[in-house]
Amino acid sequence: MSRVDGYGWAIDRSRTVSVTVNGRAYTGHPGDTLASVLFAHDVVALGTSVKYRRPRGIAGSWTEDPTGLVQIEEPFPEPMLQATAVEITDGLVARGVNGQGRLAQVPDHARYDRLHTHCDVLVVGAGPAGLLAARDAARAGADVVLVDDRPTPGGALTGTERIEGRPAREFVADTVAELATHPGVTHRQRTTAFGHYDDGFVLALERRTDHLRDAPTTRSRQRVHRIRAARIVIATGAIERPFVFDDDDRPGILLASAARDLLHRHGVLAGHDVVVATTDDSAYAAALDLAGAGARVRVLDARAAVPTTWAARCADAGVPVEAGTTVHGTRGTERITAVVVGDDRAEVPCDLLLVSGGRNPAVHLFSHVGGPLAYDEARGAFVPGGELDGVEVVGAASGAVDPLEEMPPLVLWRTDGDPARQFVDLARDATVADVARAVGAGMTHLEHVKRYTTIGTGHDQGKTSGMLAAGITAELLGRPVAGLGTTTFRPPYTPVAFAALAGRARGELFDPVRTTAIHDRHVRLGAEFEDVGQWRRPRHYPRPGEDMTAAVLRECAAVRGGVGILDGSTLGKIDVQGPDAEVLLDQLYTNLMSTLKVGRVRYGVMCGHDGMVVDDGTVLRLAPDRYLITTTTGNAAAVLDRMEEWIQTEWPGLRVRLTSVTDHWSVFAVVGPRSRAVVGRVFPDVDVSNEAFGFMTWLDTTLDGVPVRLARISFSGELAYEVSVASEYAPALWDRLLAAGAPEGITPYGTETMHVLRAEKGYPIIGQDTDGTVSPHDLGLGWAVSKKKTDFVGKRSFARPANHDAARKQLVSLLPTDATTKLPEGSQIVSFCDAGALPPPPVPMLGHVTSSYHSAELGRPFALALVRAGRERVGEVVHVPVGTTLVPARIGGSVLVDPEGARRDG
Amino acid sequence: MQLITCPWCGPREETEFHYGGAATVPYPADPAALGDDAWARFVFVRPNPKGPATEQWSHAAGCRRWFTAVRDTRTHRFLATVDIQPEVPR
Amino acid sequence: MTTTTAPPTPPGAHLPEHPDFLWRNPEPKRAYDVVIVGGGGHGLATAHYLARNHGITNVAVLEKGWLAGGNMARNTTLIRSNYLWDESAGIYEHALKLWEGLEEDLGYPILFSQRGVLNLAHTEQDVRDSVRRVEANRLNGVDAEWLGPDEVAKVCPIVNVSDDIRYPVQGATFQPRAGIAKHDYVAWGFARRADEAGIDLIQHCEVTGFTTDGDRVIGLRTTRGDIACGTVALCAAGHTSVLLDELGIPAPLQSHPLQALVSELLEPVHPTIVMSNAVHVYVSQAHKGELVMGAGIDAPTGYGQRGSFSIIERQMAAAVELFPVFARAHLLRSWAGVVDVTPDASPIIGCTPYDNVVLNCGWGTGGFKATPGLGWCLAHTTAHGEPHPLVAPFGLDRFSTGALVDEHGAAAVAH
Repeated sequence: MSRVDGYGWAIDRSRTVSVTVNGRAYTGHPGDTLASVLFAHDVVALGTSVKYRRPRGIAGSWTEDPTGLVQIEEPFPEPMLQATAVEITDGLVARGVNGQGRLAQVPDHARYDRLHTHCDVLVVGAGPAGLLAARDAARAGADVVLVDDRPTPGGALTGTERIEGRPAREFVADTVAELATHPGVTHRQRTTAFGHYDDGFVLALERRTDHLRDAPTTRSRQRVHRIRAARIVIATGAIERPFVFDDDDRPGILLASAARDLLHRHGVLAGHDVVVATTDDSAYAAALDLAGAGARVRVLDARAAVPTTWAARCADAGVPVEAGTTVHGTRGTERITAVVVGDDRAEVPCDLLLVSGGRNPAVHLFSHVGGPLAYDEARGAFVPGGELDGVEVVGAASGAVDPLEEMPPLVLWRTDGDPARQFVDLARDATVADVARAVGAGMTHLEHVKRYTTIGTGHDQGKTSGMLAAGITAELLGRPVAGLGTTTFRPPYTPVAFAALAGRARGELFDPVRTTAIHDRHVRLGAEFEDVGQWRRPRHYPRPGEDMTAAVLRECAAVRGGVGILDGSTLGKIDVQGPDAEVLLDQLYTNLMSTLKVGRVRYGVMCGHDGMVVDDGTVLRLAPDRYLITTTTGNAAAVLDRMEEWIQTEWPGLRVRLTSVTDHWSVFAVVGPRSRAVVGRVFPDVDVSNEAFGFMTWLDTTLDGVPVRLARISFSGELAYEVSVASEYAPALWDRLLAAGAPEGITPYGTETMHVLRAEKGYPIIGQDTDGTVSPHDLGLGWAVSKKKTDFVGKRSFARPANHDAARKQLVSLLPTDATTKLPEGSQIVSFCDAGALPPPPVPMLGHVTSSYHSAELGRPFALALVRAGRERVGEVVHVPVGTTLVPARIGGSVLVDPEGARRDG
Repeated sequence: MQLITCPWCGPREETEFHYGGAATVPYPADPAALGDDAWARFVFVRPNPKGPATEQWSHAAGCRRWFTAVRDTRTHRFLATVDIQPEVPR
Repeated sequence: MTTTTAPPTPPGAHLPEHPDFLWRNPEPKRAYDVVIVGGGGHGLATAHYLARNHGITNVAVLEKGWLAGGNMARNTTLIRSNYLWDESAGIYEHALKLWEGLEEDLGYPILFSQRGVLNLAHTEQDVRDSVRRVEANRLNGVDAEWLGPDEVAKVCPIVNVSDDIRYPVQGATFQPRAGIAKHDYVAWGFARRADEAGIDLIQHCEVTGFTTDGDRVIGLRTTRGDIACGTVALCAAGHTSVLLDELGIPAPLQSHPLQALVSELLEPVHPTIVMSNAVHVYVSQAHKGELVMGAGIDAPTGYGQRGSFSIIERQMAAAVELFPVFARAHLLRSWAGVVDVTPDASPIIGCTPYDNVVLNCGWGTGGFKATPGLGWCLAHTTAHGEPHPLVAPFGLDRFSTGALVDEHGAAAVAH
C-alpha cells in the first residue's frame, strides 16, 4: 500500500469501498478514483496499447490522461472512461481497455434530462480564479452559475498553497460557503462545460448518481444544463503536458501535477524512487511534496540553469537537482525500473518518473465559438489571441504565468533518441517516427499529419499530444509552429454519452403523438392505428378473427352498401378571413376561389412554383370575406406556413388573416347510401334532401344548442355528409351519430377503407399518388386548373417544355388481368415481356403502382399507377414484376366505380 | 445555438425560427412574360453569397411574423433584423 | 518494438500504414492544359482519370486549403447506389462498380468494406417508397431487397424493431453491395496516383478570379499567382457559388452546413449501415470501431463549417431510439462540412456558357459515394468537351426545361 497519513483531503478514511479492476479486488475510500485506488495498491499498469500491445498505465491526473482507459462492467457497462475521472462506489467492476470499449447488450434504463438556465454570469471552473470571479459577481448582485468538472472545488489547488492569507483549502471552503449565502448563485460540481456556442450559450453535463451508493432511481443519472449567460468567465486552468523521449509510454510515467494530485487529494504516494524530469519550475513543487511524503526524489531540469529558490528548497529537502539534464529513455516492462539520463545515457533506477513539459492553457471553450488563438513562442502553447464579446478568460487558461515562477520554461518537444520508440500520442500509439513519415510523405499541414498518424483522435482528443505533435511537426519541417495552420477546438471538451444528449426525447417523447378528441372511442372499438405525420389515426377496426384485408373489405362494403363513419378530424383546417381572402386563395389555388358562392364548397389544388402538386383539399366559402380551407393531414402546418409567407413577404398589404383551426373542429364523415337517414335522424330540423342540401354545399345548424356544421362533401363517390363540431363536443356527437346509425348498421371505418373508396373513384392522395414530380394535369385534374386566371402559383411552370412531354407520367388504373393478384404498392411497370422474362438490365420502366387494394365493390384487386403517357395507353396490357413473376395488367381510366357519378346524391 | 432578435419579440433561441431563404427575389410581376430561363431563375436560383446575405426568417414558434435579416454566412452571425414594412397590394 | 504477452490486437483498432511518399508540393507553373479548381475527392479523382483514361497530365489541381480537407475530410463515407431514378442509378452504380476495383487501381488500402445499407421504413408511405425504389433498382441492375422487420433484425440485430418505439420499423431496403471506405485513404490514393502521373497538386492556392476572352476563360487569378489554362474544371463543392458568381453564371445552389460525429472506438456491434430518414439519423461503425453518424443539413445556408447543436441532440435522440444499446456510447468529436444543395437533390454536371469551363457541383450529401464515378465522367467531359452520357441528364439546362431528377421527393433518401 502506498497510502500515506496526513494527506488525502478528498477521501473519507472512515469508510471503505470495494471495487474490482482487471479481476482483482481493491479497497479504497469515498473520494477515491479508480486511478488513486490502483496507485494506492502500487498498481500502475492497466491495459495494453492499441497498436503495439505495450503495457500502459495511468499518465495523467484527470481528463487529459491519454492512456488510463477503463471499461466499466458493473453496475452497467460503459465504454472508455478514464480511470482518473471515475469516482469509485461499492461494487464497481472495471477493466483496462484494449483499444475498444464495449457497449451493453441491454437497454439503459437510467434517466437523462435537461435543465435550462439563464444567468448574468457563468463561471466555468472552480479553481481560485473561477471562485474569485464568481465571488466578485455574486457580491455585485449578479445571478451567477458556477460549474466545475471535478468532484470538489479548488481546481488544481493541492491544498499546500495560501490564498488571501489563508491556507488554500480554507479559502476554497470560505468562498464556497459565501457563494451559498447569495441567493442568486448556483454552484455545481461534477458538471463539465463541454460546449460553448454563440451568444453566451454553454452546454454542461452534470454527473448526478454514479458517485452515490444508493441514488434514487427517479434521479436522472446525468443532466445536460443548457445555460444562456450574459457574460462567461472561462477559468478552466491549464493542462500540463509531457515531452517526448524513448519509451515514454511505460506504466509509472506520470505528469508531475498528477503525482501531486494523488498525494494531496487521495493520500497516495505514487512512487518511492522518483525521478522528476522537467522543463519548467512547476515540477519542483511536486518533487518537494513527494520527498516530504517520504519518497526518494531527484530532479532533472532540462534548462541550462535552475531556479535558485526552488533549488535551495530542494537542497534543504535532500532532493538533488541537475541542470541541463533530461531523460532520454526508460527501462522496465510492466512498470518503469530506470530512466536513461543525460548525454552519457546513465541508467538511474526508479519506480516513478514524473514529467513536466509545460502547460497548455485550456482554451477549448474560448475556441469553440471562434475565439482566436495565438501561439506563445516562449511557452510553446496556444493562448487566447483576441477578444470575444461577453467572454473573459482568467487564470491559467488565459496563459497567465504562475506567480511562483522564477525562470521561464524551456520549450522542449522531445529529446534525442529513437523516433520509433518515442510516443507522441499514447492513446493512438503514434510515434515521432510516424510524424516523420508523414512529413516525408509530403504532409505540410498539421491536419494532414494528424490524419496520417491519427494523433489527437483518441479519447482525450489530444489534450496533451496535440501541442506535442504540432511542435514536432514544425521541427521536422523547419517551420514555425504558428505556420502549420490554425488550431481550433470543437465540442465536446470531454466525451458525452449519447443518452445524455438524447435526454428524455425517447419513445413517446421522441415526437409528440397527436390524437383526435375521440381517440378513446377508437381504442374501445378495437382500432388498429397508423402514424400519419404526428397523428395516430385508426387504420381499420378489425373484428375478432379478421385480418386487415377482411376488415377493410367489410368496411368498404358497409359504406357502399349502407353507411359508414370516419373520423376525419386530422385534416388541416385554416380559417381565412379578410376582404382580400379571395385574392390570396386565387393566387394559391390552381382554380378560382373568388367565384365560389357563400354556402358552397369547391375542391382545390395547390402547386409549388415548379408547377407540381403540393396539396389539395376543399374550400368552404363562409362569407364574402371568409373561407374555411382544408389541407391534407400531413401538410397542414406546411400549407399554413406557405400562406403566411405569402401574405407577409410577397403581398404584405393584403387584408387577410389566417388561423389554424385544425384542433378546434372535429369532423366526422357519415358516408354511404343510408347516410341521409342517419344525419336526418340526428338533425331533424335540417332538410337533408338533395334539393334542399345539394352536393358541395354546407350549412350551419345546432344540436342541443351546440353549433354544428354540415357539408355535402364526398371522398368516396357516395352520398356523404361531413359533420363538424367544436372538439369539446366531439365525443357526444360521435356517440349520437353511432347511436342514430345503429338501425342502419353504421360502420366505423379507418384510413385504409377511406383510401380504397377514394381510389375506386380515382381521387389521388397527395404524397401517395404524387411525389413532387406530378402536375395537376398528370393527375387528370386539369379541370381544376383555371384557364381564366392570368396567374397563380405554378401556372408559369406548366408552360415549360418538360410539362408538354408526351411521355409524362399520368395517373391511371391498373387491373391485373388474372383478377386475383394485388400488386404491391411501389411495384414498377414495364412494357417489355418476352415469354414472361425480363431482358437484362437496365430495363426501361413505364411508371409505378402508387395505390393498390382489394375492392369489395369490384370483387377484385385494382391499382392506381403513374404511367408514361398513361391516358393514351388505356386498354394496353403492361407487366408488373412481382417477386420472380411478371404480372400482366391492363391500363384503364382512373375512375373504376360509378364513373357517371350517380351515387353522390344518394 | 444563436439568439436571434425577432423584431417583435426580442432575442429568442434560434430553434424557434424558420429560415425562409433569400429576401431579395420577389415574385415576378408578370410570370407569363418571362422566358423559360428567366422563370427558372426565379423558381430555382437564389443568391448564395459567402458573406452578408439578406434573408427572410419567421419566428415560427413565437409570434409567427416574418422579418428580414442580414446574416453573415461565413460566421452565421446576424448583423441586423428588421420588420417587413407593409406595402400596398398590387 | 517491445511487446509482451498481451492479447491480440482488436480487429481494425489501427489501420494500414500510409505509403512513405504521397505527393510533391510543387510551385505552380504559369500554364496548364487543364486546371481543376478544388483539391477534394472529386478534383483529385478527376485528375487521376484524366491521366489514366485520357493521357492528359499537364494538369494542376488548385486547393485553397489542404488537400481533401473540405467535405472529403468531413463526410460519413457511405457508399451506395440504390437511387430511384434511372439517371441517378446510372452514375452512382458506375461509381460503385469503380469502388469495387478501386483498391487495385489506386494501389492503396482504401478499406472499402461492402457491408450493406439498410434504409429503414417507418410509415406506410415509407414502405411504398421503399418498394418502389427496390423494384426500380433491380430493373436498373442495382442490387436491392425489401426486408421485413424480422429480416432487418437478422441483418442488424441492434436495430430496435419492436413496437416500443415512437415510429416502429416497418421494414427496410437493403443493398448488400453498399459499404464504407476510409475517406483520407481514398483521397490520398487518388492524389498519389495523380502526382505520380506528373499532375501538380497545389495547396493553399485559392482562386480569386478569372480572366476571360469572349466565351473562354484564359486564366485564373490565384493567391499563388496567375495561371493560364486550356480547360477549367470546377470541383469546389460548397464554394462553387463563389466561383460561379465571379464567372457570372447563375446556378441553383445553396450551401448548407452538414454535421457529423463519431463515438469512441467500440468493439464491433454494428455490422452494416443503417439510415432512417423518418427518424433522421444514419450510422455505421468504421474500421477502427468508432460509430460514425450524420443527420440532416442545417436549414439556413452557411459557409462556417459548423452547425447548430440542436441538430446533434436530435440526432442522438434518434440514434438511441433506434439503437438502444448506443445509450452509453460517447460523442467524442463533431464537425461540419459545407454542402452545396440543388432544388432536386441531384448534382449539376456538364458544360457552362464558357466553352472551356466544365462544372461539377450540387452533390449535396451524396458527393463522397460518387467520387470515382464522377471523376471518371468529369475527366471524360473535360477531355472531350461534351458531357459523358452518364452525366448528360445533370446539366444546368434541366432547370429551365423542367426535366428535373428529383431524388428527394421520390425516394425519401437524402444521403
